[in-house]
Parts: sequence; C-alpha cells; structure tokens
Amino acid sequence: MNGLIRFWVVWKARNREFLRDRASMAWNILLPLLIVFGFSMAYTGDGPAQYRVGLYGTVAEGIDPLGDLPHIRRVPVTDLDAAIVKVERHQLDLLLDVPGGRYWVNRDSPHGEMLARALEAVRQPPPVRQQVSGAAVRYAHWLLPGILAMNMMFSCLFGVGYVVVRYRKNGVLKRFKATPLTAFEFLTAQLLSRLWLTLSITTGVFTLAWFLLDVPLRGNPLALFTVYACGAMALICLGLIVAARLSSQELADGLLNLITWPMMFLSGVWFSNEGLHPWLQRLAELLPLTHVTEAARAIMFDGAGFAAVAPHLAALLAMAAVFLLVGARSFRWE
Amino acid sequence: MSAPLLEARALIKDYGAKRAVNGVSFCVEPGRCFGLLGPNGAGKTTTVEMLEGITAPSGGTILFRGAPVGPDYRQEIGLMFQSTALQDFLTVREALDTFGHLYRRRAAFDELVRHCALEDFLDQYANTLSGGQRQRVLLAIALANRPALLFLDEPTTGLDPQARRRFWELIRDIKAGGSTIVLTTHYLEEAHALCDEIAIMDHGRIIAQGRPATLLADHFDESVLILPPDQAPALARAGIATQETLHGLEIATREVNATLRRLLEVDADLSGLRIRTATLEDLFLELTGRELRG
Repeated sequence: MNGLIRFWVVWKARNREFLRDRASMAWNILLPLLIVFGFSMAYTGDGPAQYRVGLYGTVAEGIDPLGDLPHIRRVPVTDLDAAIVKVERHQLDLLLDVPGGRYWVNRDSPHGEMLARALEAVRQPPPVRQQVSGAAVRYAHWLLPGILAMNMMFSCLFGVGYVVVRYRKNGVLKRFKATPLTAFEFLTAQLLSRLWLTLSITTGVFTLAWFLLDVPLRGNPLALFTVYACGAMALICLGLIVAARLSSQELADGLLNLITWPMMFLSGVWFSNEGLHPWLQRLAELLPLTHVTEAARAIMFDGAGFAAVAPHLAALLAMAAVFLLVGARSFRWE
Repeated sequence: MSAPLLEARALIKDYGAKRAVNGVSFCVEPGRCFGLLGPNGAGKTTTVEMLEGITAPSGGTILFRGAPVGPDYRQEIGLMFQSTALQDFLTVREALDTFGHLYRRRAAFDELVRHCALEDFLDQYANTLSGGQRQRVLLAIALANRPALLFLDEPTTGLDPQARRRFWELIRDIKAGGSTIVLTTHYLEEAHALCDEIAIMDHGRIIAQGRPATLLADHFDESVLILPPDQAPALARAGIATQETLHGLEIATREVNATLRRLLEVDADLSGLRIRTATLEDLFLELTGRELRG
C-alpha cells in the first residue's frame, strides 16, 4: 500500500511537470499537426505530372511494353500482390503483368481508365483486364501513422531518457534515493506517466486529423490504439536504457539523436521502405518505429485487425521486455 | 550519558586505490547537534553520505538505536543536501506533499509551513525561489517525515548573513524540539553557534572531537592581542613576535598584562588595540594547517 502511494505521488508530480511545461506540450501536439497539415496542403493539386504504371516480369531489352506512350513513369515491381494493393490505393495507376498478358486497373481511378484504353490500343493482342477497386490514399493521409509514431518516439525517448538524466545531474534522483522510494516505484511512475501522456496526445492528434482531414480508418480502432500503446512502451523502455546511468545531458542528447535519426529515416515514416537495400530493410525490422508505422498503416488503410498485426505487436512487446530488462538492471540513482 | 541514537564504528570508504574515509568512529546522542568539520577533501561528505545511506561503506558498521541500519532506516531520517534541485513546475506545496507521501509518518503540513515560514511562497514554483527561501523549503522537505535524525549538509552555503542567521534560528527551534542533528559546515561560526559536539576530520580521519569549548580549552591557553598594521615599528622595537593577518598584527600571549606593559614602554599606540580569545577557526587552522586545499 505504501509502495502504491509512493508510486502515485511521483507519477502525479511527473504529470504536473509535463503538463505545465507549455512549450514542450505545445511542441508535442503542434509538430505532428503541422507536418500533416503542411503535406496535406502541399499535395493538393490537379494530380501527378506523370502517370505511374507498374511493370511485373522480365521485359526484353530495348522493348518498351508500353510502346511510346508519353508521360508515363515505368515502375518495375517484383511482388505482384503488393503491387495490386498499390493499384487499389491509387499508388500505381495501372499494373501490367508482361509475361502473363494481364493488367490491373482500379475502376475508381480516372487515370487508370485512361491508361487502360491507351494500353489496349498499343498492345496487340490487348492484355486481359483485371479490375480492382479502392479509394486513393493521399500522401498526407499515408504519412499520418508514421508522423504520429515519430512524434511518439521523440516524446518517449526524450521524455524519459533526457528527463531522468537531468534529474540525475541536478540531484533530484539523489534526493529521492534518500527516501523510502524504491527504484522500481520511481521507474514505474516515470514509465506510466509518459505512457498515458503520450497515448493521450497521440489519440488527440489522430482524432483531430481524422476529423479535419478525413483520414481513413478502415480497421479496428482498438487494434490501432494497441499498436501505439505497445510502440510507446517499447520506445519508453528504450529511453530508459539511455537514462539508466548517464549524468551528462549533452551525452544523453547525442545518444538520443543517434537513436532517433536513423529510426526516423529507416522506419518508413516519410517513404516506403521497399526501395531500400535488402540489408537495410532487415535492419529496419529491428527498429520499434518500423513495426508501429507498418501496423498502423495496415489497420488504417487495409482494414487489418488484431490477427493481421499480431507479429508487429509481438515484436514490439518483445523489444519492450528486452529494453526494460536492460534499462532496469543497469539503472543507478547516481 | 544516554545511549547513542547513531553510532559510526570504524567506517571506511575506498574509491579504487584511494581511501577517502579511514576508520571513522563517533556517536551521536539523542537531542544533540553533532558537527562534522574539515577542509575540502577531508572525507566529511563521504562520511555523511554513508550515514545517510546514499553510499555503501567499504568497511565498518553504522548503528541506529543500537542496531545495524536496515530498510526502515530511511523512514527515520531527514536529509538536506547542500544542492538539490526540485522538479520543475512543481509548487512548494506540491513538492512538500510529494515528499511527505513517500513516508509512513508525516509531519502536519500546516505546522511544517509555519515552522519553516513558507506561507508567502507556498504556491510559487520551487525553481523561482530565492536562495534563502529555497533552503527553507529543502529544510521543510527534510522534516516532512518528522525524522528522528536530521542530516544537514552545508545548509547555509551561499546564503547572505541575514538568511543564514534566520536559518540558524530554525535549526535551534528544531533542536529545542528534541531532534537530533548531524551538521556538516564550512562555517566555523555556525558550528560554534549550533553544535553541542564537533569532530574535525582531515585526510579521512577524525583528528579532534569533543565539545567546542572543551576543545578550545585543550588546545589554546593564549589570548590574542590585535594591533593596527602601522604599529609594526613599535612592535619591532619591543621585540615581540607577531603574525600579520587580515585583522591586523596579532600577538598570541599567555601574559597579557606583561605584554601590554612592554608595549607602553616602547610608546606603542594602543588606541586601536583589540583582544580576543581563540575561536574554532584558530583550532581548525591549527589542526589542519594553513595550506590551501583543493
């Protein structure tokens, strides 16, 4: 009971500290909104300057399966199923299976229909039409899950890692150490305070974007919340490793940047990881942000449920457990 | 003599090959103020941190109420470090409330506020307080659990003279209430004013221990005559050994009357003469030397 009271007062104190730090609060809420709104404005136009056609299968050298059709960007694809999903999402206007003599077009895409007619005119005999459907995923919408995850990453890593190091440097930890408060109670209060604050902000920002920008949510909202909760847990525990022993804020800052910057660019926040070198793709799978981003996109745009994102959830929970074990075992008050 | 509340027995602390504390032993009796003095690097902070449970000793024993300290020891002690930051954006009221709830036994909030004179800035963020206000808040936090034993580590360092004397009054009040205090300080005047017993440490050992008056009596039987610096020629004529200090030319002597007679014989001007007895500072310098420490 005493332990619970101690946890409660430290948790409450940390919440107050965060909620009253208006600059930090505003940054946590405004950053993701600014990015998503900014991209939303930037990508509102009359459509792409070029059409995008996916080409599947080996194409003989020197022969263009699309003849001399202009204004088309030819995109080689190796995974037919993934490419069909892109046609559904309007990320490809048309997909041509060259050896199979088939093509896929989205019946809801005006660009796709135009290209289908042009293709049937230039290829004889005309390839067999396969039809899919699905609304376009705007880039700003596609960005949202990753931006939320990225914002969460900064909040969790700096909100735990940096803050605990600051506490250590200015003597707050030493003062707590001299009380009956245990390291377990202190760390749990820090972790859970950051978890609920981060999830509240993420949920708030998502709701605002969903309401104002009409962002689709085709899957289970609870599954989406669970993905972000597991992601936040993994990232907070990663922050705990940085916080475990350091007493230099400068070094903590450097280490946190070393962790956040590669994650930001390798986890598919800004662009799909498909174009990455295979070993970089494998490396990306070790990063918690990758799992959060991929699982959230699957739920929001593909209608995935708990079962479909279970591997991502399992990976995030496993990472959280490992990080927590390492961080808690190496934690020192001073 | 009552049984000691706190007892240090042959405490040792090693940092690698360096022995910071080397066999320190002393007792603190209930209701007394025990002062630990020493130059920088003498080992007093390390000693106190071992007593506070912040640092584990490399050797020796710490007894509280006659038994080795255990997990409940932290419920019984209150601490005030020389420099402690409080969490940002917490008011004084919230900081007190937070620390109060970390203990099983809590001091009455209003009493604590009144006792440490915190009324005027209770709802102010702790990081916006002046030095004196801050120290009073830290003292209130140290008292939040009505501790049986209070550790004060250089509590008035950096305070202006008014704030320092106000703080002394608080400590005297706490002492009058029956609390036991372990005080470390650089201010020998502070130790003299507050402590019932002092121990002077140097090079990791206690080199003198006892009541301040007893220690002074044991080490000094001389009075000090102080004359302005312009009396140097007269003193030279009289053949009296002097030491030049910030206060003037000091003459240490057991024979005050005879020394004064001799000074009059050589026509020394005694209008600026002052006489003082030895202080803890004299004792401190005699025991630890006058060379500058790091």
